Amino acid sequence: MTSPAPAPRAKARPRGRGLVTTILLLPATFWYLVLLVLPLLIVVVYSFGTRGSDGGYTPALLLDNYQTLFSRPDPFILSLWVAVTGTIACLFIGFPFAYFLATRAGKRKTLFLVLLVIPFWTSFLVRTIAWLIILGPDGLEGFIQSVTGVDVAILGSPWAILLGIVYNYLPLMVFPLYVTLERLDPTLLEASKDLGASRWATFRQITLPISLPGLITGSILVFIPLMGEYVIPSILGLGKVFLIGNVLQLDFLGSRNWPAGSAKAVTLIAIMLISVTFYVWTSTRSQSGGRDVSVL
Amino acid sequence: MTTTTRPKRPSVDRWAPVVEGWFRLQALAVFVFLFLPIVVVVVFSFNGTVRYVTDWEGFSFKWYQRALEDKTVQQALANSLQIAFVNACLATLFGTMAALGLQRVGKRTRLFFDALTFVSVIIPEIVIALASLVLFSGFRDWVNPWLAYLGGQGSSPTLLALGPWSIVAAHVLFNLSLVLLIVRARLSGMDRTLVDASSDLFATPWRTFRQVTFPQLLPAIMAGFLLSFTFSFDDYVISSFVNGRTQTLPLFVFGQVHQGITPLTNAIAAMMLLVTFTVLIVGQWVLSRQSRASGDRGDTPLGIIG
Repeated sequence: MTSPAPAPRAKARPRGRGLVTTILLLPATFWYLVLLVLPLLIVVVYSFGTRGSDGGYTPALLLDNYQTLFSRPDPFILSLWVAVTGTIACLFIGFPFAYFLATRAGKRKTLFLVLLVIPFWTSFLVRTIAWLIILGPDGLEGFIQSVTGVDVAILGSPWAILLGIVYNYLPLMVFPLYVTLERLDPTLLEASKDLGASRWATFRQITLPISLPGLITGSILVFIPLMGEYVIPSILGLGKVFLIGNVLQLDFLGSRNWPAGSAKAVTLIAIMLISVTFYVWTSTRSQSGGRDVSVL
Repeated sequence: MTTTTRPKRPSVDRWAPVVEGWFRLQALAVFVFLFLPIVVVVVFSFNGTVRYVTDWEGFSFKWYQRALEDKTVQQALANSLQIAFVNACLATLFGTMAALGLQRVGKRTRLFFDALTFVSVIIPEIVIALASLVLFSGFRDWVNPWLAYLGGQGSSPTLLALGPWSIVAAHVLFNLSLVLLIVRARLSGMDRTLVDASSDLFATPWRTFRQVTFPQLLPAIMAGFLLSFTFSFDDYVISSFVNGRTQTLPLFVFGQVHQGITPLTNAIAAMMLLVTFTVLIVGQWVLSRQSRASGDRGDTPLGIIG
């Protein structure tokens, strides 16, 4: 519309175009402003308030909620640990897998991709519950107990949560990696090999830099929802493991301390923004650094 | 690659078979890992046992029968299907409208919209859920005195409570962005000359839209609809915050987990999987027919991830 169109076409533009555009954008604008921006602003305002006698909100301008939060940072630290470990685990399992899909799958590539997507689009809840059976006393725990005679508690441990996380988030890591690895020119790898580079050197100097955009996208796609995860810890953690998501759920639905919960939500968003910005900044910087070296 | 000129490499890579084998093995392991839980749920849902999930006592449909006879499950299933359907319709309509509208605006408006779409997709679901709860409760508390006043003399005026409407409103926020992204991707890959040709041939804008733009967008719109439907049907996080007293299938299943998994839970879970699979397969089938008919490369709903 803003582009300088040739005169005849500009004249052919029907009247009422602006009105049509407004109508087209109206519902989405309403949803974004009223159901996204407004509630987030309310949450920020609430975070400075205090809890009402009946569990509501009493207006105030206090930092109490933030002070309590920083004096008890355990859920945040645990969440960060789980999110970082989960992302790294997804990366280590997802990278060779994506590489296999992109370079070795041949004709069955489409089939493999569909197989990868199917679990992803089926119920998160159902698939997580299934792990309760697989890992539980009738499954792995029982098996280990009957073989070694040692009682192990897999469910309720951070490891069960980590497993549930890798299981649910792996496709989010694999897809962007696959997309970048598929563009990898095999002749580059050949050339590197012919020049006597070791497998590791080829990986570090060719495959890794080329797949870096996918790696960054994948890590962010996994890390962000992980920071707010609460279904997996409440199911596979048997309610014993408290991540930020669980604490938020308790504050809002359990004890109904909305101002305290709001402060945690605001902190969560802040942590995410900072860590993602930092991550993108450092990884793109090291990428350009790597390129300079290879040019030299 | 060009081994025709060189029969054999000077140095034979002894590790090649190991590395190749490892790739295959790991890929196989990942697929087993991804499908094991689905298989477990489906298999044990046919267990004819009286109580314990894993004590296999023969093949039986009895838990399905029991689930479908259960009034609570029936109600939850009906709620879930209705919410998912209304949400998918609204999200598809609004998302498509916005995608079309964004083609007609200046750069600044577009950037503003992009930022909002980005925020709605990137924020953890739980934050959207709790923010929606705060908003809807506030709205309810604001509107109810008015309703009570208008209900006036009546003994018990109908008051607003969180329910299906609030679940739909929050789901639409999430899915609107999904549809917007999918339809915009399709629009940007579309051939503009057809639209120009149509208007040069004196077609009205509406006619051009109906006969040129819309048919080309249809696969993307369909994909958006189906993905929105499955998202809403399976959603637990947002629904658990803004449901009020309304029960949906995921909420029911989650409640069951805390009392211990029974074969009944597995049967309901397997039925949820069935609904999702059906939607995905029907979608895939329609789209592949569509793309074959129009002769372009198949944009599959399954292929679109965020």
